[in-house]
Amino acid sequence: MFVAFFLSLRDAKVPCSLREYLTLIEAVKAGVADFDVEGFYHLARTTLVKDERYFDRFDQVFATHFGALADGIGVEAKELPEEWLRRISERVLSEEEKALVKSLGGWDKLMEELAKRLREQRESHQGGSKWIGTGGTSPFGAYGYNPEGIRIGQDGSRNRRAVKVWDRREFRDLDADVELGTRNMKMALRRLREFVREGAADELDLEGTISATAKAAGLLDVKLRPERRNRARVLLFVDAGGSMDDHIQEVTRLFSAARAEFSGLEHFYFHNCIYERVWKANADRHAVAVPTEQVLRTFGRNWKLIVIGDASMSPYELMVPGGSVEHMNPEAGVTWLTRFAEHYPKAAWLNPVPEARWDWTETIGAIRDVFGGRMYGLTLSGLERAMNDLAGRRKSGAAPR
Amino acid sequence: MRFTGSDSYVATPDLLAAVNAALTLERPLLVKGEPGTGKTVLAEEVARALGRPLFAWHVKSTTKAQHGLYEYDAVARLRDSQLGDAKVHDVRNYIRRGRMWEAFLVETGAVLLIDEVDKADIEFPNDLLLELDRMEFHVHETGETIRAKKRPLVLITSNNEKELPDAFLRRCFFHYIRFPDRDVMAKIVGVHFPGIEESLLREALGLFFGLRDVPGLKKKPSTSELLDWIKLLVHECVSPETLAKVEGSLPPLSGALLKSEQDLAALKHSGLRRSRRV
Repeated sequence: MFVAFFLSLRDAKVPCSLREYLTLIEAVKAGVADFDVEGFYHLARTTLVKDERYFDRFDQVFATHFGALADGIGVEAKELPEEWLRRISERVLSEEEKALVKSLGGWDKLMEELAKRLREQRESHQGGSKWIGTGGTSPFGAYGYNPEGIRIGQDGSRNRRAVKVWDRREFRDLDADVELGTRNMKMALRRLREFVREGAADELDLEGTISATAKAAGLLDVKLRPERRNRARVLLFVDAGGSMDDHIQEVTRLFSAARAEFSGLEHFYFHNCIYERVWKANADRHAVAVPTEQVLRTFGRNWKLIVIGDASMSPYELMVPGGSVEHMNPEAGVTWLTRFAEHYPKAAWLNPVPEARWDWTETIGAIRDVFGGRMYGLTLSGLERAMNDLAGRRKSGAAPR
Repeated sequence: MRFTGSDSYVATPDLLAAVNAALTLERPLLVKGEPGTGKTVLAEEVARALGRPLFAWHVKSTTKAQHGLYEYDAVARLRDSQLGDAKVHDVRNYIRRGRMWEAFLVETGAVLLIDEVDKADIEFPNDLLLELDRMEFHVHETGETIRAKKRPLVLITSNNEKELPDAFLRRCFFHYIRFPDRDVMAKIVGVHFPGIEESLLREALGLFFGLRDVPGLKKKPSTSELLDWIKLLVHECVSPETLAKVEGSLPPLSGALLKSEQDLAALKHSGLRRSRRV
């Protein structure tokens, strides 16, 4: 029935299998969907998609397959955000059309103009060439012919066609597009596990019981012991500076693998180099700065330190007080890094820059020295060496290369 | 039999579709979503609406799949044998039924909630595949096979702490509970506090959504915290005017909304701004 739809879902890399497709057919036959498109949409989504990250892709495929069917079902329209228009326009508009956009002074101008006319306009309007409305040649409004046109929410337009549930694309944020192959990384990180027995004694200690029973001349004496638990604690510092943009994908993957593997994981962001402040959230760094000194105080020596960064900056940023590009730092970056290297005996620096290129940048060498040579490439093999080192299975200090 | 929401639970159409699909085809339903969006409450409400008994199996990090089926208490039996207890001759005295077994016994069909499945070991869901598929399992100690009299409706919740195995996911329906928007939230509050003053509700929701927008909060307040807070507001007779005056400072009784001193500090730092209806 819906084979083409199913195949396009798979083409869009939504992981759904034949089994799930058969379930969908079974459900449709059983009458779960009530013969309306929106019901079918919900049913198909709950059957075929098992992770909210794929909801957005599912919505897109659904729109191309069944969008036409659903004309006329009114769901409230939603204002289209400017950023979205911009991105769409970059994909949809041809070079000539983009040039035309410029004729009005580019996007910003267009948006400004829109705001102005919205203020001027008092009543609804159709046709004509200036006001915002439908069917005209003004740049603003729905179904116009101006190549610079901005389509404003379609509520009240010609045939009352409105944005459908799947057109709203509410799950856009969740589609992180992260490769799911983090299993290798998890296996590498697993080496950091540190099993200890602590907490309540709720596991039968068989050997202890046998020996205690033997001592009591055969009268059963049950011994219990606490269960083995993973006590590895990892402190992760991630460089969110501009030069890291090229490596964002590897870092995200490592991060999601680490999140899943350690219960005791704390992470902080820094910009280029660690100074007297670090950040808990990357998005709004000025809102919630944490004093670096407080981090050192809070997380003791038994934590393992992993820094992810390209260690590439101007030598001033690293060596000189006040050298930061962003603010006045009273102490040089290298002072802070030395403090970290001294405070945490188990530390490793993961560098996404390929190892062959490390000698090209002065600061990479300098930071490697601060960390006693414990800098590793952000590759699977580098990660494995780093984890062996952190777990104490390799003598630290020697150059790992 | 269909689930259509209840007078104390606001269910969105996609949630209804998912529950009814699971109910009709008798397959498990996996529910994910932010903490405090009513995943666990859903099971209680479904059970109540369908008039079926609910069996809740709360998973912990130490939980094994076997615990849900049955446990054989070998140690108790060994001890009884030492003391010469007559019970010891029948192994059935030492088999303890798990939640799944109990759910299987209900003739009219039960609702089985497997809560926070991601808390357990990474292999836990795989160990339950066959049992969830066939709704039967074998008791080795007594040699009997336990089969569900009627397949229970299985609801599984997850907080996304671990990725679940594909084989497990393929067997489930999936629903993601999104954080409710303002209108749905107003409805939810209305269900719990019928006849709440319109202006109080408006002010409280404004502050609540403003609070969720404060950057850097460790734990954003969720639906359950909002409901607790409104309960307190109503109980303490806080007037809408008092709430309207809150600007840049902590809202009254904020202990119900924010649970850690870091969050209070973050709030003081960036200040609370009211969220306006768009």
